Amino acid sequence: MKRNENREGIKGMVNPGRYGIERVSYWLMRITGLGLLAYLIGHIYETSSILNGKSVWDSMLQLTQTTQGHIILTLVIGMCVFHTVNGIRLMFAHGGIGVGKPTRPDYPYIPNSQNMKNKLCIYASIGVAALAMMYGLSVLFGE
Amino acid sequence: MAEEQSSTEVSSSKTITLRIAKSNPEHDSRSQFAEFKVPYERWTTVLDAILDVKKHLDHSVAVRYSCRQASCGSCGMKINGRPGLACFTKISELNSDVVTVEPMNNYPIVRDLVVDLEGMFDTHKKMKPFIINEESEVATNTREFLQTPGQVEEYIQFSNCIKCGLCNSACPTMATDSSFLGPQALTQAYRYVADNRDKGKNERLKIIDESHGIWRCHFAGSCSQVCPKGVDPAMGIQMLRGYLLGFKK
Ligand code: HEM
Repeated sequence: MKRNENREGIKGMVNPGRYGIERVSYWLMRITGLGLLAYLIGHIYETSSILNGKSVWDSMLQLTQTTQGHIILTLVIGMCVFHTVNGIRLMFAHGGIGVGKPTRPDYPYIPNSQNMKNKLCIYASIGVAALAMMYGLSVLFGE
Repeated sequence: MAEEQSSTEVSSSKTITLRIAKSNPEHDSRSQFAEFKVPYERWTTVLDAILDVKKHLDHSVAVRYSCRQASCGSCGMKINGRPGLACFTKISELNSDVVTVEPMNNYPIVRDLVVDLEGMFDTHKKMKPFIINEESEVATNTREFLQTPGQVEEYIQFSNCIKCGLCNSACPTMATDSSFLGPQALTQAYRYVADNRDKGKNERLKIIDESHGIWRCHFAGSCSQVCPKGVDPAMGIQMLRGYLLGFKK
């Protein structure tokens, strides 16, 4: 009989607040990755409507011209910018670059890999994404 | 004996509510919380409080502990939602009137706060946690390997692991993937890969380079944040991946 391993499951991922900004970034990276994937699929569906003629294409485009459409596009801008900027940080980190140097650990054992450089990059990714969303909002909703 | 004068307050009127998750999977998979009012001092650890309950209020509480000084790695548990060593966490630093202790996630529960670490020890052994070097056998005309302080520093941090299992409990990949090797084992693989006396690098890289191996780490860093010995598994794993990706020689 397989024993219950008491795994946290998706719940553990959905509640990112307990472990600091790095865990939040992990969560955002996943959500934005999945969001972008959903957008890409929707985008291919949307653009392939041209195969059914100009009127179908025009009515499809109308969908993005609504308030909901603008909000979704603004979210896509935010997801895209955060995912890209944080993704570049992660590509370096995953190769062992920027994660600090091994040392002789001493109390209170602040982990070197959770360093200021990484934290700043995460905050910068969120900040740049927020700015891009604001710019997007001003273009989409501006006259 | 003369009475000692102490400037610190000895008896305390401060109390917390200690909520202990109680379960016995042999009888029932459900877990229930038992609540106790426990007095505490500035220096009282969570383990002290649990043992207080065990001694005076409910001796059936199952808890595993040994050294009481963060050396043996026995008393890992979830304290207010975060994995920690009960002996290394003071009640006063939690800043809460209610302290909830539960068994660590990602391990089968034996009873109450005790989990089965067997799976972690198995993955640890899978990493071949010993120096692989034909010349390491003691024979005539051999002597110990010499290392510079710099060479020692490459791996010494990762050899501090006490196998308490907190990292595997905090890891978000471990939360959903029962086959993942986990931060504890991967970091131990790096501990030997980074040791210049070791010649088993390729063997170990082959073991970790599999679908539930190192590639499942997403650098969420929670393992390093809960490690009570400063091992920093997240760093070790990224360095190890650096070897596999060819960033490091
Ligand atoms: C320049 C653009 C991009 C960069 C630099 C980038 C980078 C990355 C990196 C480094 C990861 C791994 C994260 C981790 O290990 O936790 C990742 C994950 C992912 N990306 Fe991207 N990405 C980009 C664009 C996209 C696009 C356009 C999509 C969708 C169509 C996408 C979907 C995903 C998904 C679904 C994941 C998995 C998330 C996870 O497992 O947590 N990415 N990306």
